[in-house]
Amino acid sequence: MTGTVGMRNVADGSEALAVAPALPRVRRRRPPEVVVVARRALRLTKTKIGLGIVVFVVGFAVVGPFVASPPPKSIAGAPFSTASAVNWLGTDALGRSVLSRLLAGGWVILLCGVIAALIGVGVGAALGLMASWRFGLRDEFIMRSLDVILSFPPLILGLLLVSVVGPKLWLIVLAVALWHVPGTGRVVRSVALEVRRRDFVQMAEAIGVPTWRIMGGEILPNITSQVLVEFGLRLTWSIGLIASLSFLGFGRQPPAPDWGYMIYENLVGLSVNPWGVIGPVIMIALLTVGINFITDGIQRSVIGIVRESDAAG
Amino acid sequence: MRERWLHLSPLAWFVVRRLLLGLVTLVVVSMVIFAATELLPGNAAQAILGLTTTPARLHAMELQLHLNQPFYTQYWDWFSGVLSGHLGHSLVDGRPVSSLLSNRIVNSLTLVVLAGAIGTAISIFVGLYSALHRGRWLDEVLGVVTLTLAALPEFVIAIGLVILFATVVFQVLPPVSIVPPGQTALASPRLLILPVVTLILATIPYTIRMLRASAIEVLESDYVAMARLKGVSSRRIVVRHVVPNALPSTVQVIALVLSWLAGGVVLVEYVFNYPGIGQAFVDAVSNRDAPVVQALALILAGFYVVMNLCADLAAVLLSARTRTSLQ
Repeated sequence: MTGTVGMRNVADGSEALAVAPALPRVRRRRPPEVVVVARRALRLTKTKIGLGIVVFVVGFAVVGPFVASPPPKSIAGAPFSTASAVNWLGTDALGRSVLSRLLAGGWVILLCGVIAALIGVGVGAALGLMASWRFGLRDEFIMRSLDVILSFPPLILGLLLVSVVGPKLWLIVLAVALWHVPGTGRVVRSVALEVRRRDFVQMAEAIGVPTWRIMGGEILPNITSQVLVEFGLRLTWSIGLIASLSFLGFGRQPPAPDWGYMIYENLVGLSVNPWGVIGPVIMIALLTVGINFITDGIQRSVIGIVRESDAAG
Repeated sequence: MRERWLHLSPLAWFVVRRLLLGLVTLVVVSMVIFAATELLPGNAAQAILGLTTTPARLHAMELQLHLNQPFYTQYWDWFSGVLSGHLGHSLVDGRPVSSLLSNRIVNSLTLVVLAGAIGTAISIFVGLYSALHRGRWLDEVLGVVTLTLAALPEFVIAIGLVILFATVVFQVLPPVSIVPPGQTALASPRLLILPVVTLILATIPYTIRMLRASAIEVLESDYVAMARLKGVSSRRIVVRHVVPNALPSTVQVIALVLSWLAGGVVLVEYVFNYPGIGQAFVDAVSNRDAPVVQALALILAGFYVVMNLCADLAAVLLSARTRTSLQ
């Protein structure tokens, strides 16, 4: 199945034109594998639920800052006052509206999580792809030194860096991204090695297609869905880690609203006005669970497609 | 050739190599920790004296702390100290780091061992059950539950439990685990319940999934099909085939759970105000107390590395397939 994609690519190259008529007819416009995987994943109820949840939370976090009223940093009542007609979810430890802070405090975690996962998976995938091609001394060295990062539990790595530089958002994003690199590199390398052994890659290599074009044009399209699964997993972890670090007080600094730090701030008033804690806890939980459901759906459909193509020959 | 030199089987060579690699990793980890916390010049001296000090005093303090010496001398002083049990003094209160930590290590180990033991037992039971009843509704439900739990950060689980059992919904358990100074947490077991349950819930989704997958692999193998065709009872199949063949992954899972707990205790102890090394680590990071940060990062990462090493070795040594492929 994926084999035919590569065959067609070779047939498009001028050197192989003479052979093209002899090849079995292939359907012209077959959608890329990622689209097939996405369509299949969307047939699963779990993926649909996950997508619904994520759309809700992302919408809440993105639109929230514009509709938060009263302003999230202004005093709206007595500290820890309970839910009322004015403050629907009551007020927090300093008397600010919980709902406003909830609306305005999500986008930073979301954005930082996405950036950390994008950088980590991007760099990791590029390194893994390179390492799958020629595994020289230099690549071995790069991979081994990255493995040192895997000797740290992710939270410890983040805290270690924070202890040196201080609580900075960019530092946390960087630490989380850095921790993603070796794991992604390993996964992508093993998947790419498998694709590399297939005929169409061997053929492309034999007719002298430049290495970077083989990687970008032949291997990468065939591992996109696995990279997507990796991205989903790591996005869940990124958001969890960044929320954890801001819960510890090393993320976005107060008085700016932030879901993670909100939980810590309002923990003392849990029995007076629980919404200051329950609100952000639910939002973080929904976000991570929703992403994980989508990732699981994609993973299942990738496995299904691999099985089918194995069965087909 | 190597075999002739030292009469070791390939398997023994593998173990020796893996152990050496683990040792090298530990040394490199200690270097990274030390470099990360010490590379900024004058950091420690500045931290002790504050911002309003004179350059002369700063210089004197740097001399006292050996900050003027080259990096490798400083590193070696620290590392040889660590090896002989001298972890330095806290920058905040001047107490030796080792005295700060002794009770806390016991407390954290209590959490880790309890959560590891109970979590492993639950994972084995639920994982096997799921594998034997795969595709049924309870297996499906367990799949959704583990998927959900796997997504949740530890502190969200911890606070969810506090909301449910200690404050808002029911008030049956203490919401914080404050241990009187001088005592260890074992003296008041009720304080341990919520932290241990949190750690269990945070780690079992992965282990249940791993065990379920490895048990299913065995159940769908040819030799189990053969046994079924011969008329072997399904109980006997589980006892004779599934359990022994799932053993390597079980031991691997135990080691992995323990290694994950090294990261998990930090947040859980912080949420519950539990006096372990994780809480001390967060405090030290807040205070930028370099000697304590170094010691604790080394302990936590070292534990993590050692447990991962155990997991790797267990996976190879206990599984017949990889063992024979190395012989």
